[in-house]
Amino acid sequence: MSDTLIETAINHHQLMDTVTENKKKTAKKKADKPAYSKEMYLSWYELMLRIRRFEERALMMYGQQKIRGFCHVYIGQEAVAAGIESAIRREDAIVTAYRQHGTALGRGCSSRECMAELFGKATGIVKGKGGSMHFFSAEHRYFGGNGIVGAQIPIGTGIAFAEKYKGTDNLCVTMFGDGAARQGSLHESFNMAMNWKLPVLYIVENNGYAMGTSVKRTSNVVELYKLGASYDIPSEAVDGMNPEAVHEAVSRAAEFIRAGKGPYFLEIRTYRYKGHSVSDPAKYRTKEEVQEYQERDPVKMTERKILDNNIATEQEIRAIQEKIKEEILDAVNFAEESPYPDPAELWNDNYLQPDYPYIRD
Amino acid sequence: MARKLALRDALREAMIEEMRRDDTVFLMGEEVAEYDGAYKVSKGMLDEFGPRRIIDTPIAELGFAGIGVGAAMNGLRPIVEFMTWNFAVLAFDQIVNNAAKTLSQSAGQFKCPIVFRGPSGSAGQLAQQHSQTFESWMANVPGLKVISCVDPADAKGLLKSAIRDDDPVCMMESELLYGFEGEVPEGEYLVPIGQAAVRREGMDITLVSFNKMMIPTLEAADQLAKEGISAEVIDLRTIRPLDYKTIVDSVKKTNRLVVIDESWPLAGVSAEVAYGVQKYAFDYLDAPVTRVNSADTSLPYAPTLVDAYLPNADKIVKAAKEVMYIRY
Ligand SMILES: Cc1ncc(C[n+]2csc(CCOP(=O)(O)OP(=O)(O)O)c2C)c(N)n1
Ligand SMILES: [Mg+2]
Repeated sequence: MSDTLIETAINHHQLMDTVTENKKKTAKKKADKPAYSKEMYLSWYELMLRIRRFEERALMMYGQQKIRGFCHVYIGQEAVAAGIESAIRREDAIVTAYRQHGTALGRGCSSRECMAELFGKATGIVKGKGGSMHFFSAEHRYFGGNGIVGAQIPIGTGIAFAEKYKGTDNLCVTMFGDGAARQGSLHESFNMAMNWKLPVLYIVENNGYAMGTSVKRTSNVVELYKLGASYDIPSEAVDGMNPEAVHEAVSRAAEFIRAGKGPYFLEIRTYRYKGHSVSDPAKYRTKEEVQEYQERDPVKMTERKILDNNIATEQEIRAIQEKIKEEILDAVNFAEESPYPDPAELWNDNYLQPDYPYIRD
Repeated sequence: MARKLALRDALREAMIEEMRRDDTVFLMGEEVAEYDGAYKVSKGMLDEFGPRRIIDTPIAELGFAGIGVGAAMNGLRPIVEFMTWNFAVLAFDQIVNNAAKTLSQSAGQFKCPIVFRGPSGSAGQLAQQHSQTFESWMANVPGLKVISCVDPADAKGLLKSAIRDDDPVCMMESELLYGFEGEVPEGEYLVPIGQAAVRREGMDITLVSFNKMMIPTLEAADQLAKEGISAEVIDLRTIRPLDYKTIVDSVKKTNRLVVIDESWPLAGVSAEVAYGVQKYAFDYLDAPVTRVNSADTSLPYAPTLVDAYLPNADKIVKAAKEVMYIRY
């Protein structure tokens, strides 16, 4: 590895420290005192654990070639999904990129349907048609995982446009990666969203890297939240290893947006423990860097917080762990036992016109 | 003297040779430098040429394609790598509205010697957005040249020609076949743009294909041979300009044609080849031209749907037999 890479890696880490420092200074309540209800802590814990175990299993199944194609897991970033979901409403919409299993599970999409989708089975959340990158669930107001970097930024803006047009007070959470933040689509969307005061919450999940490229190598502006300033969008950086911090920031943003004041932009600083996708050995960063984040692991930290503060008992925690373990094993069984889609299914869902004249030479 | 090289290594040799020869040639794209290329095509090139000439870009296809166009108009010879052509869609404005139009718009005052390259086509279970072919899209545009070739020796010679060409060239490779090996000659050589190659001679039927579909096409020719049918197999190598002559000469001999094209059927390369043959060899045809394309649908993820979607040797053999009026 070259020196520049190590340097940039360290730099991302320093950024994280700044966020934590700022948080500590500005936090109204002491960081280690529980500020929320028992239910809240347990639901964060449960969701994060569900995502973690789901992803671990998915990687295992990929190793056995039950899952194919691209597979980008969310391990390390669970607190982002957890903190968003507890702060928004079921009727709000979410759209994100291909690293999306955690977001879909956060929305309440079932482990069974999500795992079956990874297996490419007919019982999957999109009937085995989308695979790892493309879960969708209209029922859960989940507008999908998008495989084209940055494409969902205007799409999320348009979903928000429709909410405003229809006169609801729903918002659209539009998530994207630090790499996507360099696409022109971000700038065009930010500008129109602000100009038209659209109810959109932009969230960049800054996990430090776009494939092998560290944030610092892509721009002079490494503190991504600053990108909002050029469009007068209120923007802040958030510690993404802590569901509480994410929840607070998203709540604040959602309140602002629902008041009709227009978009809000959060840079949530997080980390992916695994490579970009299953095939990436991640040689562009140090083991130490990964370890440092793992020491602040959102699942472990939340568990510790719950136990240290007697929010719940060890038995209650163990019960959640058992429940999740069984849920994920059941999801794998369900996926294994489900059939592949019939080949004729290829000719469905291309057009709504029932007698569309396909070319079939 | 020849040695075995994988497609990725042959492409790399082409770029390295041209960069040594001409300081105006440079490579830019996502992950091409420090990561050695998403598919390792540019492996080691940063070490030899340094960051002035091997340039990592942010994920900003429209922007860096346009930067390539501007640099080409101003005297450089950029090679712009797209991680795949699916992402080049974001850059089509610069390719179609600028690279292709510069010469005409400026009445010859400005040229645009640029190569846009990357893999095109499906690559396993990658689903709708990551599985498309783009030869026919780009080939539709006057001002562009389009190469689509996976034979390592030819791809090397064609890429070298493309880099030296004064017009903009789109080069379509294949994710699945970067490891595909072939004999590659030692030393300096070029393969001209615009010429198809006869990969296998035959008498009874002509099979025309290109890029990754050459593999099932040659497999089908083997199967047909076992049944006593002698197929001539043509690799188009270049889509624009299209080498009608090699196709027509072959059809004049075999009187029958199947076109195998991973693109969708409507307005695709297969349609153009069929048009050319009915126009220039109508009297020689003993049966209507047939084609084997991907299904006229998006490509979903599940393996059963991928199988149903893609051309394969069996589908090609079946089409060939239909054209020969063989019942089975
Ligand atoms: C338009 C486009 N260009 C390139 C790619 C290839 N690609 C897929 S993911 C990725 C990196 C994106 O990184 P980031 O936005 O930070 O998201 P993360 O993977 O970290 O979640 C790239 C370059 C793509 N899918 N779409
Ligand atoms: Mg990232």
